[in-house]
Amino acid sequence: MSDVASPTPPSPLLSVQGLTMRFGGILALNNVNFEVQKNSITALIGPNGAGKTTVFNCVTGFYKATEGQVILNDNGKTTNLRKVLGEKFQWSDYVNPPAFLERLYYKTFGGSHRVNQAGVARTFQNIRLFREMTVMENLLVAQHNHLDRNLIRGMLNTKHYRASEKRALETAYYWLEVVNLTEDANRLAGDLPYGNQRRLEIARAMCTEPKLVCLDEPAAGLNPRETVELSTLIRHLRDKHNVTVLLIEHDMGLVMGISEHIVVLDYGQVIAAGTPAEIEVNPKVLAAYLGTEEGDAS
Amino acid sequence: MFSKPNDPPMLTAFKDSSLVGMIALLIFSPISGIILNGYGFNTHPQTPIMLAFIVFIGRFAYQLAALTPWGQRLIQKFMLSKGKRGVYVASPGDQRYLWIILAILFIAGLVLPFYLSKYYLTVAILALIYVLLGLGLNIVVGLAGLLDLGFVAFYAVGAYTFALGSQYWGLGFWSAIPLAAAFAALLGGILGFPVLRMHGDYLAIVTLGFGEIIRLVLNNWMSFTGGPNGAKAAEPSLFGLEFTRTAKTDGHIPFHEFFGTTYSPNTKFIFIYLVVFLVACLMIFFFSRLRTMPMGRAWEALREDEIACRSLGMNHVTIKLSAFMMGAMTGGIGGVFFAAQQGGFVNPTSFTFFESALILAIVVLGGMGSVVGVVVAALVLTILPEMLRDFADYRVLIFGILMVFMMLWKPRGFLPIRRPYFTKEGQA
Amino acid sequence: MEFHILGQQLVNGLALGSIYGLIAVGYTMVYGIIGMINFAHGDVYMISAYITAICIAILSFFGISSAAFLIIITLIVTIVIVSLYGWSIERIAYKPLRNSPRLAPLISAIGVSLVLQNYVQVSQGAKTQAVPTILPGVFRFGTETDFFQITYIQVLLVVVSFASMALLTYIIQKTSLGRQCRAVQQDPKMAAILGINTDRIISTVFILGAAMAAIAGVLVTLNYGSFDFSVGFITGVKAFTAAVLGGIGSLPGAMLGGIILGMSESLFSGFVNTDYKDVFAFSLLVLVLIFRPSGLLGKPLVEKV
Ligand SMILES: Nc1ncnc2c1ncn2[C@@H]1O[C@H](COP(=O)(O)OP(=O)(O)OP(=O)(O)O)[C@@H](O)[C@H]1O
Ligand SMILES: [Mg+2]
Repeated sequence: MSDVASPTPPSPLLSVQGLTMRFGGILALNNVNFEVQKNSITALIGPNGAGKTTVFNCVTGFYKATEGQVILNDNGKTTNLRKVLGEKFQWSDYVNPPAFLERLYYKTFGGSHRVNQAGVARTFQNIRLFREMTVMENLLVAQHNHLDRNLIRGMLNTKHYRASEKRALETAYYWLEVVNLTEDANRLAGDLPYGNQRRLEIARAMCTEPKLVCLDEPAAGLNPRETVELSTLIRHLRDKHNVTVLLIEHDMGLVMGISEHIVVLDYGQVIAAGTPAEIEVNPKVLAAYLGTEEGDAS
Repeated sequence: MFSKPNDPPMLTAFKDSSLVGMIALLIFSPISGIILNGYGFNTHPQTPIMLAFIVFIGRFAYQLAALTPWGQRLIQKFMLSKGKRGVYVASPGDQRYLWIILAILFIAGLVLPFYLSKYYLTVAILALIYVLLGLGLNIVVGLAGLLDLGFVAFYAVGAYTFALGSQYWGLGFWSAIPLAAAFAALLGGILGFPVLRMHGDYLAIVTLGFGEIIRLVLNNWMSFTGGPNGAKAAEPSLFGLEFTRTAKTDGHIPFHEFFGTTYSPNTKFIFIYLVVFLVACLMIFFFSRLRTMPMGRAWEALREDEIACRSLGMNHVTIKLSAFMMGAMTGGIGGVFFAAQQGGFVNPTSFTFFESALILAIVVLGGMGSVVGVVVAALVLTILPEMLRDFADYRVLIFGILMVFMMLWKPRGFLPIRRPYFTKEGQA
Repeated sequence: MEFHILGQQLVNGLALGSIYGLIAVGYTMVYGIIGMINFAHGDVYMISAYITAICIAILSFFGISSAAFLIIITLIVTIVIVSLYGWSIERIAYKPLRNSPRLAPLISAIGVSLVLQNYVQVSQGAKTQAVPTILPGVFRFGTETDFFQITYIQVLLVVVSFASMALLTYIIQKTSLGRQCRAVQQDPKMAAILGINTDRIISTVFILGAAMAAIAGVLVTLNYGSFDFSVGFITGVKAFTAAVLGGIGSLPGAMLGGIILGMSESLFSGFVNTDYKDVFAFSLLVLVLIFRPSGLLGKPLVEKV
């Protein structure tokens, strides 16, 4: 807990290598490389349409990157986040049965859920809650993989099953407490005010017990007071729950205040990376934001 | 179209309704006004005029109502699809007396068959079969949000597993139940696995086709299924006792001989009724519990937002598959009872698309996901048509209109589900 | 292999395939624009068959016997009335439910489909209906005993199908209306911001789809001569298969998919088994969905997150 800001640990938790993403003619990401150190708060910033959400989608497995690798390295356990999505067969697979079987396995049972199971959770820019379920149900669903899902035990309401449900409820209440939503436990998620929905989505992501949590514009639509609370919450997650945070944010005050490392994206390319102090004075970043070359839209 | 901006509202309403009436007249005229007769035709001008007039009146009444404040309130109240979501959270202690009601209903259901004539017995059995089918489809459509338009296929598979099984391999009633369930579920799995990873609508059309395929195969494979002539299933029995006048299987004894009573053709139906009733009760228990278990919650979450579910580490394909297979399994069990209820005789005409549509109507009317709603809707939709034989021709028409209106008016059904209420101790 | 049988099956397949293609266009366009299957589309086609027969009956009653005149009037009347059906279906089953849960419009469309079938059944009776042969005559190829033939109607059918497809493609690619349709298909929200009346465009797409189904209905009825109230069901499923095969959202894909499906179905029923031709078409749908869900000409879609 104390060695949070210790200088560069040996191996990064997440490393993104040569990530390229094409949508038809659009080159949304072009050879993106960056690393997220364990237990850090790393921010991904850039102007609108720079490709930040696309990076998230590639990391969390919702898009299959055209090229490049995403490697999660947690305490010596390395997961190739691209492989678990299921890849096309390569010619070499036809002479290498184990590789063939592995790819077949991931093609059949792989998918973005595997990325979460490997320890990466996320929130969405346009909040995606289960709107017509209660707040509590949202958090219980998030614990799906940790619950007793045996049908027979559930039907007979055995001790094992009851204990599992009770634990889930406790975890859910714990997280409600953390994000300050205990009062709303039995309200429909879709009926909550916007700021609460954002916090609930973070709590829901945390219920999956991730190593890395990716937050896509968590402060969008929040008022100044809520934004301050959010930065406290994010710090709390990192300090007390041992997770690494990767966040996309437009609110520079928030970003500069809480992150240790910043990656700047523009037109699908990394144009700068470094500490907040370095980024603040980087001329390339200023140019991208102020649009010295291009016309400024805002 | 004809209305000007400064018309009085009444006149605007009238003009609008007239236009709608006119369009209705154009639409109705050719089909209901001109009836083909060989290469010639007969005219029935009064039908389309009457239909168009009904449309006009309806539209006009609606428009007028929208002009008055209380009418607006009425529309607001009933048009749930506009604005309010119509989902409510249960309040704690809601169901305190529920078990008393359930116990009374259970006992009533048990004694009922002894007071019914043979005809009403068959109707009651059919109604219970539809309760089963409704519950099965309810999981698929109501909870998991997968539109299965070929549910009847699994029903047919169940019925034919029993019939063909007893024809070829001497399968009995009791062993047919688990076997049909397993077989239908297996088939659902094979069909579902490739399709469930696609966009949801593909499932609808694939199941629609699948339902038709099963029927076509049953109809065309003369040598195995008996084609349009159908197949004959074994007589149901209980511990080797049969309910016929004389035993049909070697080693079996008729029920009435064993107990020394006189033969009554009702006994067999009472027996089937009781079995179906108990199975239905079991399923009701099973499915209402399932809804609050991890699996049921996962289904509903998947219906709400598949992408969010994936981000939470849930394998959407296997979760959908579990719902699809469980639905199929229930359909298969329903099929076995149907074969028994039909006097052991089944043929492909019982398994058309309209059957699927009827089951879907049950789910839609009852309230998607709601066990109570589906049970009530199944009973109403099967018993009512039996009472109103005169309207038999219009049955499908009425179901169709009901489906459209329910979606516009009460998309959650008449008896929608309530979200469970939780306290720190557990579910209240 | 007997070549005259093969030739005959290919000719029949081409005719059948053009029809599937025309109906598939309706599925593909609606799917492209609102991302949903129009479940009542098959029944729109069925209605057009009835209207064709009624039209021919009335025109013959007034003593009109010129085939060209008969066909043109029938086409026009059927297109107008059936387009109205398409428009009403959108107004009743889809438009009020634009913001409802995804299942709601699908279920209401199935309701409409049931209503249409039963409405026709109750009004016109469940019996099979027929129309007289209007344009007799065939082209024959081959020897006296081993020949295959193309009827005039089949020629008309293929020509009219391709002509209407060409016209539709022109409308979508070149006119302002078509541009608006494509804009709404790509990004409805953005299109609305730019001042496109998306509701009107969606209506238009339903009308265009219904008009194509109407043309298909007229041609099929003239070609095969008989139909009943349930023809829309299985034809609808097959036309949808054609749309998926060609790549949903793609107009040329719909036509291509239709023709491939028509030909292969025709060959299957000619050389393998007639009873199972529907089973064959359906199995094709499942196989396409498994191995090439984006179809032959469709672009693989990345679901926006
Ligand atoms: N599924 C998709 N299909 C086609 N193009 C896409 C898709 N997803 C993203 N894009 C394109 O990729 C580019 C980058 O988009 P992205 O959403 O990643 O930007 P962003 O940096 O998150 O912007 P913002 O700050 O506005 O959220 C955009 O041009 C966008 O239109
Ligand atoms: Mg973004």
